[in-house]
Amino acid sequence: MNCVLGPDNILHDTLLFRVIYEGVGNVLPCGLSYVVAGLAIMMLLVNGVLLGAGLFSWVERRLIGRFHNRIGPNRWGPFGSLQPLADLVKLLFKEDLTPRGADRIVFAIVPVAMLAPVVLMMAVVPFAKDTALANLNVGVLYILAVTSITSIAIFMAGWSSDNRYAMWGASRGVAILISYEVPVVMSLLGVVLVAGSMSLDDVVSAQTVPFLLVQPLAFFVFFAGTSAELNRTPFDLAEAESEIIAGYHIEYSGVKFALIQAAEFGAVLTSSAVMVTLFLSGWSGPVSNYLGWAWFLMKIGVLAFIFSWIRATFPRLRIDQLLAFAWKFLLPLSIINLFATALEVYFLRDGSGALDTTDLWIMAGINFGVAFGCLLIFGTLIKEKVRPAGPVTGATLSPGEAD
Amino acid sequence: MAVQQLTGEELSERVGAAVPDSVVASDDGILFVEPAKIADVAGFMKSDSRLDFNFLNSISAVDYINHFEVVYHLTSMNKHHTAIVKTRLDGRDELTLPSVYHLWRGADFQEREIWDLMGISFSGHPNLKRIMLWEGFDGHPLRKDYL
Amino acid sequence: MPIQTEPMTVNIGPQHPSTHGVFRLRVTFDGEDILEVEPIFGYLHRGTEKLAEERNYTQIVTLTDRLDYVSSMINNQAYCLAVEELIGVEVPQRAKYLRTLTAELQRVASHLMGIGFFLQDLGTLGTPLMYAFRLRERILDLFEMLCGARITVSYMRPGGVFFDAPDDFWPALEQFLKDFDTEYKELEQLILENEIVMVRTRGVSLLPLELAINNSVSGPSLRASGSDWDWRKMAPYDAYDRMEFDIPTATGGDNYDRFWVRIQEIHQSIRMVRQCIQQIEPGPIRADVPLVLRPEPGAEAYGRVEASKGELAFYLVSDGGISPYRCKVRSPSLMNLTTIEHLLVGWKLADMIVTLGSLDINLGEVDR
Repeated sequence: MNCVLGPDNILHDTLLFRVIYEGVGNVLPCGLSYVVAGLAIMMLLVNGVLLGAGLFSWVERRLIGRFHNRIGPNRWGPFGSLQPLADLVKLLFKEDLTPRGADRIVFAIVPVAMLAPVVLMMAVVPFAKDTALANLNVGVLYILAVTSITSIAIFMAGWSSDNRYAMWGASRGVAILISYEVPVVMSLLGVVLVAGSMSLDDVVSAQTVPFLLVQPLAFFVFFAGTSAELNRTPFDLAEAESEIIAGYHIEYSGVKFALIQAAEFGAVLTSSAVMVTLFLSGWSGPVSNYLGWAWFLMKIGVLAFIFSWIRATFPRLRIDQLLAFAWKFLLPLSIINLFATALEVYFLRDGSGALDTTDLWIMAGINFGVAFGCLLIFGTLIKEKVRPAGPVTGATLSPGEAD
Repeated sequence: MAVQQLTGEELSERVGAAVPDSVVASDDGILFVEPAKIADVAGFMKSDSRLDFNFLNSISAVDYINHFEVVYHLTSMNKHHTAIVKTRLDGRDELTLPSVYHLWRGADFQEREIWDLMGISFSGHPNLKRIMLWEGFDGHPLRKDYL
Repeated sequence: MPIQTEPMTVNIGPQHPSTHGVFRLRVTFDGEDILEVEPIFGYLHRGTEKLAEERNYTQIVTLTDRLDYVSSMINNQAYCLAVEELIGVEVPQRAKYLRTLTAELQRVASHLMGIGFFLQDLGTLGTPLMYAFRLRERILDLFEMLCGARITVSYMRPGGVFFDAPDDFWPALEQFLKDFDTEYKELEQLILENEIVMVRTRGVSLLPLELAINNSVSGPSLRASGSDWDWRKMAPYDAYDRMEFDIPTATGGDNYDRFWVRIQEIHQSIRMVRQCIQQIEPGPIRADVPLVLRPEPGAEAYGRVEASKGELAFYLVSDGGISPYRCKVRSPSLMNLTTIEHLLVGWKLADMIVTLGSLDINLGEVDR
């Protein structure tokens, strides 16, 4: 019996989906085969995210090793590429401890709660033309909503661990996540204004000029905000190893710790995927009808490399400096960006509300100017007043000259 | 520019004049002082404008079986000279000295260590607890009759 | 409506990745602000002073290695100076130059470790640490060539040094000096002008000069507060009276200044190493001193050096026997720690770790 997809179904009508749907539809009733097809593609995505997390953990360790002028993992497999597998096996065999005073149910739910947003975000990201799991017309809103589950998960981890260091890490983490949500949301509104729609497919097709150029301020704010939400250096205060040892996941061991680490690394990849979709024109590039997914993965790789690069280079900021950075620097920048974008869209759009390529280039030029101006002004405004250097005897360089 | 060490005789003249009944003896390098007056002598040596000993290098205690000696090494950073001051405490039990904590904060941990390891207590020290060993330890290990 | 909060007392350490050894701080926090600090140490107390009373003067050199275990050459030097003052012997010229050379190399290694871990505490996840350790490994290889050990060297003896430098030491040293400039400049470029390092460390945990002198602080921490007191210039020993070097000082006394002073001292130490290589001449490396020494009964000596962390001194009292009657170690890290309460109260948790790193204490010295 042939099952036909309704016009308003939420899942994308990709080739793979259709094959499974019709294949299973011969055996099972149509509704059930719809569910099965959806689950099959979902399994692909979940496995992809987890494998990607493992792979990224290896890539990051080798990259940071090279930045440190040393080798990185090189024992298991060619160039140490089976290291994540070795780590996984080790963690599986470790004893899974729950502290005596811990809240057992909450303690156990936390790894799942941390992994869920990561995987859920991948549901709307298009890998190639018309190739995403779901075809939501509020894709951007969905992504923003799902990422805020992470802050609850971190707080659950800290609270249920019955440990002061964990509580510290959790409080810091929640403060950071809440503060950085606001500029991130505001920066995405600029993108939505230019694209004219919240659906991620439409955002990609609207990027005849990549939004990196059209919305440089939004990209900068989104990049910084996402670094903070992912707890990456220089914003990794919630799990600062040299201060509070491991922060909110100090009491986790074994499989639970493996899942939390997978969530952390996977989050980097999915956030890079979202950034590629929104700002770097997603899967488009030459020959994108066939190689869209290759371009997509390559762009994710570039962004992940940049995340690792920044992690290897910078020290971390203190909590009050972090919060000042979010509220006094990123938020005004994102509001100015929104304002400027709204004005440009209002004046440049044609009758049907669309923007063509020349309009986008004009906007790019104006926005770059706005970006430089704002970064200069706000950069000097929030610069902390450092004490001027005093006289120095007999040395080649005085402390103040380093400024 | 090099630092000179003041001789015991020079010191004993000035200190003896300022703080009466304090100097016991003096020889080539060292000034010996009455234990009860050590804080006053130290105060004089710190505040006097020609001596001006503003830096306390170290306080050490030596166990000579019948008596203990506490040695103070001082330095003046402005006048570029050093001095050695010693006091002698007879007996082995219930030894106390006035503390110089109020003059040089650097005496804080050193006096606690001497109390902990040698058993000489310092009156006037705000926090005379054991420092290297734990509270409740029995005995003073650096003494000659311990082990 | 005011929210009721409660201050929280936490133990930082003794097991902690960033306390520079087994060091415990009992801190009372109000959120992230520090209200009270109580340092507790003694976890590494090994009874060095008591053990020294059982060993003869030459054997104690091995005990002194382990005091400040990242700068053992300088510990040896301080002890040997004290013994030489006790028995009144003059060290031959070549031995003086070898001592100065190795002490300055050791100072570089110790400062590199201090700088590396200071930056690690700031959260850089190891990149500047690895750059600093790359250089330190070269120095430790040189030490291994010289005396067979990397960390606890026991290179010096009362009267001179133990072993003359082998023939392949001097070319290796030249190669190290040649590579040092480029590699050290990489580290400086990475971290000296980094905005985040400045913002985290400038103006934090200020130590005024009077308080530093009153608390018997010495070494780079004192020089970062404004004094230019350095025992190598004030009471020169070994070959330091023939060395030309500057003393870097800063005036603020904050974390950045202490870090900066150490970076500059490395430059000065390398300068002195170059001068030593030029000025050294062949000759005996040890004075004619018996292996088992018996100083005069009643003699005493206070031998001090400018160690990498401050003034390190040995107060030796002799009773005529083969072991000292009393061997007291004046350790710089213990004195520098007296300021810890002033430096920490009023600042935040994140600053606490960084301040401990900038003071550069070593628990081997503090506890002995």
